[in-house]
Amino acid sequence: MAENHEVERTYRDLGLVAVPTEPVTTEGARSFPKQMKGFWVTFKTMFKKVNTVEYPDVKEPTAPRFHGRHQLNRHPDGLEKCIGCELCAWACPADAIYVEGESNTEEHRMSPGERYGKVYQINYLRCIFCGMCIEACPTRALTMTNEYELADDSRSKLIFEKADLLAPLRDGMLMPPHPMYPNMDDTNYYKGDVLGFHPSQEVQK
Amino acid sequence: MTTAEILGQDPGWIILVKGVFVFLIAVLATLMAIWAERRIVARMQMRIGPNRVGPQGLLQSLSDGVKLALKEDLIPAAADKIVFIIAPIISATTCFMSFAVIPMSGPVSLFGHKTAMQMTDLPVGVLYVLAIASVGVYGIILAGWSSGSTYPLLGGLRSSAQVISYEVAMGLSLVAVFIYAGSMSTSEIVAAQQKWWYSIVLFPSFVIYAISMVGETNRAPFDLAEAEGELVGGFHTEYSSLKFALFFLAEYVNIVAVSALATTLFLGGYHALPGLTFTESWLGGWFTIVWFFAKVIFFFFIFVWLRGTLPRLRYDQFMKFGWKVLIPASLFWILIVATMRVMSLRGTSRGGVLGFAVGIVLVVLIGSFAYDSAKKRSELVPEAQIPEPSFPVPAIPTSNGPSAQSEVSHG
Repeated sequence: MAENHEVERTYRDLGLVAVPTEPVTTEGARSFPKQMKGFWVTFKTMFKKVNTVEYPDVKEPTAPRFHGRHQLNRHPDGLEKCIGCELCAWACPADAIYVEGESNTEEHRMSPGERYGKVYQINYLRCIFCGMCIEACPTRALTMTNEYELADDSRSKLIFEKADLLAPLRDGMLMPPHPMYPNMDDTNYYKGDVLGFHPSQEVQK
Repeated sequence: MTTAEILGQDPGWIILVKGVFVFLIAVLATLMAIWAERRIVARMQMRIGPNRVGPQGLLQSLSDGVKLALKEDLIPAAADKIVFIIAPIISATTCFMSFAVIPMSGPVSLFGHKTAMQMTDLPVGVLYVLAIASVGVYGIILAGWSSGSTYPLLGGLRSSAQVISYEVAMGLSLVAVFIYAGSMSTSEIVAAQQKWWYSIVLFPSFVIYAISMVGETNRAPFDLAEAEGELVGGFHTEYSSLKFALFFLAEYVNIVAVSALATTLFLGGYHALPGLTFTESWLGGWFTIVWFFAKVIFFFFIFVWLRGTLPRLRYDQFMKFGWKVLIPASLFWILIVATMRVMSLRGTSRGGVLGFAVGIVLVVLIGSFAYDSAKKRSELVPEAQIPEPSFPVPAIPTSNGPSAQSEVSHG
């Protein structure tokens, strides 16, 4: 008996509300009309607007910062932003990213600066869409889109290659490989000084 | 001419046509019922429900049936093969049989013959329905037993115990109808309700029947033996493919069957709603079938409504309710009905009957007051009277806390 009392006093000393010692009173059965209230609830609900989104027919936009499929971005002249540094792969907690870098040459330039990502794979069976790769990316090459329809019927189809992830060419972009903008270095690219391609960048094939 | 006499003149081919018709109605009603239930319950939960197969999802049950039929048919190694196969057949056949005596319409002309949409009319029609329902229990118990598995056995025992106990209450609730109609023939009971429905005259019987028909069909809130959210599935756990489909079919046909019986016995059968009887003469006998199914659909909606609203009962609560509430209440009610019936048949004055009724009401009221006060008094027993046990027990918490002096140091 003594233990119980001491516990109660200690609670009070600590400034805490003591465990209620009121005996629990069991209420009797509720009155019949109150019991029938539930029927009215379900009946009323039948005429309410449904919550269902008829998904494949109706697609509601995601939140603007929803973590969807990744995208490898381009500079405004079409060169890739990815420099093949593998920081995304290192940051990935699920080991979903595989990157192989390669040196740019004057004949074959994919990105400004020294290196580019030759192989870039994201395994969407592993990816947990945490976005740590995006945080790790030093050039903002890797971002996430709002695309969430990533279901497929085989494991190999869910390993996305570089070609699947690269952003499409927009107006004012040239398909790499092509040389850098004249009189601009990789820092200019990084700072956003390059706003489009220069005619001299076009390569005759 | 009574319905029985009309039906007696049916040639064989008309009976065959009606048999096919009844079967089709039952199967179609089942398909529609499954779809309707899923749609209505979905609405009650602010969902849409199946709406993709066919217009408004109407063909959903059909595609589910095809899917079930194409699934692998497993028979467990430990199962008693023959019984395992027979059990769903028993369930699925008996559930259709009760439709034979249900009058779905008044006198109509079928291919030039004057007949009624009722396969046959037995003098003990309702008794026949109850008997068929009892045979249907064999399907459940044999399925549970022949599965050679523990949980189906327990589920089967529970389901059959449930059906049998609620059949008692159901049968007793029908006795009052028999007393008033003076017959067990379904068509005569319908005819006897032309003036007043038995759901009004014999309201307590109607309530007891409505509750026990839910118990009888193992439906929510009485679906504890096959609670799909809690158990794997009761007696049909080991069943797959078409055999499972047969149990599923049987469950829904049973729902339609008990609803049809309730319509026949309590809601005036195929007769129009009071005040709308002119529709019967305007549109002819065939229109009565619409009234019949409108009433069946009403009962079916109640089934769905119950499922959408009430939580499941516990097994002991369920049994207690059946045996300690429904059956005694039913017996008491029969006693009153029988007495009143005898009084009116013997020509007791209206005042006498009324006096008897008032007397009964008074007795019930006084009884319930006495019960309530006795219950309250038993609750007021002071705590001090609880004897102190001879072994050490923790203190009973009290609101007035202990004083520091009473503290015993320890350590």
